[in-house]
Amino acid sequence: MQNLSNEVWVFIEQRNGKPADVSLELLCKGRKLAEQLHGPLKAVVIGEDVKSIADETFKYGANEVLLIQHKELKNYRTLPYSRILNDLIIKFSPRIVLFGATVIGRDLAPRVASNTKSGLTADCTELRIDTITYLGKECKDILLQIRPAFGGNIIATIITPDNPVQMATVREGVMELSPLEKPNKSKITEIPFLPDPTDALVEIIEQFHQENKVNLKGAPIIVAGGYGLGTAANFKLIHELAHVLGGEVAGSRAAVDAGFVPHERQVGQTGVTVRPKLYIAVGISGAIQHRAGMQEANKIIAINTDPDAPIFQIAHYGIVGDAVDIIPKFIDAYKHKLK
Amino acid sequence: MYNSIVLVKQVPDTANISGKVMKEDGTVNRSKLPAIFNHEDKVALELALQVKEKYGGKVTAITMGPPRASDILRECLYMGADEVFLISDRKFAGADTLATSYVLSEAINKIGNYHFIFGGRQAIDGDTAQVGPQTADKLNIPQVTYAEQILDIKKNKVTIKRKIDGGHEIVRAALPVLVTVIKEAADPRPFSAKKVMAYKGAKSLTDLEKLTEGNSLLYTDTLIHEYKERNLFISTLTMDDLQLDVDRCGVKGSPTKVHKVESVVLAGGNQTRVEPTKDGIGILIDKLLEDHILG
Repeated sequence: MQNLSNEVWVFIEQRNGKPADVSLELLCKGRKLAEQLHGPLKAVVIGEDVKSIADETFKYGANEVLLIQHKELKNYRTLPYSRILNDLIIKFSPRIVLFGATVIGRDLAPRVASNTKSGLTADCTELRIDTITYLGKECKDILLQIRPAFGGNIIATIITPDNPVQMATVREGVMELSPLEKPNKSKITEIPFLPDPTDALVEIIEQFHQENKVNLKGAPIIVAGGYGLGTAANFKLIHELAHVLGGEVAGSRAAVDAGFVPHERQVGQTGVTVRPKLYIAVGISGAIQHRAGMQEANKIIAINTDPDAPIFQIAHYGIVGDAVDIIPKFIDAYKHKLK
Repeated sequence: MYNSIVLVKQVPDTANISGKVMKEDGTVNRSKLPAIFNHEDKVALELALQVKEKYGGKVTAITMGPPRASDILRECLYMGADEVFLISDRKFAGADTLATSYVLSEAINKIGNYHFIFGGRQAIDGDTAQVGPQTADKLNIPQVTYAEQILDIKKNKVTIKRKIDGGHEIVRAALPVLVTVIKEAADPRPFSAKKVMAYKGAKSLTDLEKLTEGNSLLYTDTLIHEYKERNLFISTLTMDDLQLDVDRCGVKGSPTKVHKVESVVLAGGNQTRVEPTKDGIGILIDKLLEDHILG
């Protein structure tokens, strides 16, 4: 392949005129990737009256914003948004395009990747540029897309060696937010939007927004329960312990699937990534997808009946035993110490 | 009358990994994981069956996978699917989501005559949620992902409640449309005992070939004829049946390649074991208070 572009693009997701946190986090990561490729970082901003978002992206390292504004684009809809990106990507063929692994990103990125025949890797936990040898061929400055796979039992490094465009999605909280002290010199390129009859195939009738009251990302203490608790009744112990310690309740994916705890409180690769001061994992076996979301906690306590559970390998303190027995003891001891 | 095609997938049960499936070197023994019907796809089938019951029509379930994936097609028949197809060819192996969606979209074009394509939001082995939207793109039809409820279907339009980041929205989509569902959308019905009796002997071409291999008195062609007559033949669509471009299938048609796979090896950490007693826990809490982790 010759004459590959060295541009890194980030799709900036906006809801009600505000950029999503994950998009800003991706700009910070994209800035580092672009430096390595010696290319520009470009933000794609789509919406109605969203110039202020374009300005904001410069603080995070964008060199240029591709700005598409139209009243038809106020809310995200698959068909017009994907059409815009398809056209831009086919025209400019950027080397890397990053999306947040949100509902919008997961709806949009695959459709665009299909249309532009690009490689796409979902839920990456790490992105890196490197030169590697694949099947005896040197791939220079290729994007290494690293993600747990197969239920988290393996870590796969995915590459797109033969296509000009490499795409990846990343969950919120995975990449660090690091605004620039002094924004780059930058420019805004307005791109006209041409409405199309297919845009009307799906109409939004109504939207309901619930303020997300759960703030796992910012919680200093998290008590998380897993499938090992066995019943919803036992899961109440997690709430009791969290309440006493002044922490937030979270769960593993298995606990969410079992209905013990809502999805907003899921920690892990397909949930939230957290970095609390204290993380207490109760009845969580510790598959890597879960660990990917909590292993950077300052202190980890694991409580599990299975002494061989993988969670013990990353825990600072391990207690082998039944939560039903341990948690009340923990609560008693804590209350007693505070007296 | 609305016809649905449902995309289903057989997946390794990766959801519950315990110490039991761990090998001594600290990696997971993948062969110990059972193959199951991806739950969200079962929810998709349930939704298609509900549409059929309310409005009439036909439900066809398809899966792309190795011959043993016919297990879940039988399960589709037990739940009430009218017809099933196994899309299988050695040349499909190693497909990423782009190559998979190419094969699926061509199979769907071949089956034709549909108003809805239903599928689970994602399969638990990859969790990518990409095949749905990529299939919709190739079919050049709209998509509604993260569907939670079908509110109503009329005049060739469907009204759907779907999950979005921080809430819900209601959208109205023109048919035909591809819909991916989340688990809240429906509770899959149990297998009908009558249908299990009727279809438990349903076999695919590979199943029948296995029968003839072990018995020289049986001929595959005769068996196919017989199973078709009894409505027990699971049709297989291969690369040739679908007249596919080999460059767009399998590993060859997949832009993403696996460069490296590392089994997760759990090395021993610097962990402090805490006695599961009142005293043991008391010491731990003292330490946490001292380190200003608690309090």
